[in-house]
Amino acid sequence: MTVEFDTSSPKFAEYSEPGRLVTGAWLEERLGTPGLVVVESDEDVLLYETGHIPGAVKVDWHTELNDPVVRDYVDGPGFAELLSRKGISRDDTVVIYGDKNNWWAAYALWVFSLFGHEDVRLLDGGRDKWIAEGRPITTEASTSTPTQYPVVERDDRELRAYREDVLAHLGNPLIDVRSPEEYDGSRTSAPAYPEEGALRAGHIPTAKSVPWARAVAEDGGFKSRSELDAIYRSDVGLQDGDAIVAYCRIGERSSHTWFVLRHLLGFENVRNYDGSWTEWGSAVRVPIATGAEPGELPSRR
Amino acid sequence: MTGTALPEALAEIRDEFLELDEPERLQLLLEYSNELPEVPSRYDEHPELRERVAECQSPVYIILDLEEDGRVSMHATAPREAPTTRGFASILVQGITGLTPDEVLGIPDDFPQSIGLTRAVSPLRIAGMTGMLLRAKRQVRAKLAA
Repeated sequence: MTVEFDTSSPKFAEYSEPGRLVTGAWLEERLGTPGLVVVESDEDVLLYETGHIPGAVKVDWHTELNDPVVRDYVDGPGFAELLSRKGISRDDTVVIYGDKNNWWAAYALWVFSLFGHEDVRLLDGGRDKWIAEGRPITTEASTSTPTQYPVVERDDRELRAYREDVLAHLGNPLIDVRSPEEYDGSRTSAPAYPEEGALRAGHIPTAKSVPWARAVAEDGGFKSRSELDAIYRSDVGLQDGDAIVAYCRIGERSSHTWFVLRHLLGFENVRNYDGSWTEWGSAVRVPIATGAEPGELPSRR
Repeated sequence: MTGTALPEALAEIRDEFLELDEPERLQLLLEYSNELPEVPSRYDEHPELRERVAECQSPVYIILDLEEDGRVSMHATAPREAPTTRGFASILVQGITGLTPDEVLGIPDDFPQSIGLTRAVSPLRIAGMTGMLLRAKRQVRAKLAA
């Protein structure tokens, strides 16, 4: 930790890791602080250019966090090159924000975490809340001084699940964060989203449907600890010590839920299955359930 | 009647992009985004003419019309928070308006992949522009058949 945590919010104080979030007021006061880098990560690759938090740098998930050829994230040297270019040092405090209630910001945070970047936080409510609060936005290009970010090999074991891991995980809690229409099999992509090449529709058997947006409060920030506990512990039945896997279509909405489970509710063993439905829905002979119910645990074959 | 010749206006737009480095291409796309013309108010009372482009992740609507001189006009709306999509719409609106129906139908379907943005923007995002173009051509076909 380079920059002190935001302790101003009673809401944050209830979370298991209050330091993972910052408020707009906290961030605005600290813009330009040495050791603090603000990162914007959006669905739209040009949104940053239309106006961003002064001094913030852009990280695009498609063109910068993904490997251009293999369906995977950049490797250690690639991540080091990217962060050096963005002016981020290994011990910097990184605050990420973005559009769509921080979908892509949470996704970027998760990728940063795969590389073990320790101090990475989200701006609660993301870009929209910042703008709604009347805080400064600029189109002025941010200048960053390149750093020497070390080459750290990505460690997928703790936070990321592959298809084989999910098959082995069946019988343990699975959270499907897509829309109800995607879950029950009536469509393969979110309403109003393009079809992205999943051949079959439905969900992974036994997965419970908890659309990601249930974790979002009216102001666009995260719901309170007690509201989140009511959803994920009381309704869904998650318990401390559970091994949990979350998935969506390509892993971005489930990063949002992953953040909630891991950092706000304190579940220690939560993985994001980024292959998600675009992989599972096209894979040969993996079990699929349709309809609104989770479905039976398939027998091994 | 439907060869695949790229009309001059779209060829000029393509060349304008290809002459630039990738980061500058994005900047040019942003300029297009800012230039997307308003839909004329005469369409306000005809929401049924607006077609939703389902391939786009943001709510984008297009209207293709035949003017009295027999030429095509294209209009589009896209939210400010989706500048990439707005930019795509603006390119097509500016490149298609004023063409003859045959010229529109002759636009190569892979035009969106030819303007040098696929890597800078990502193939998935380009797919939205392809959806817009194919729907525009379909609307022109429907107008001709009507």
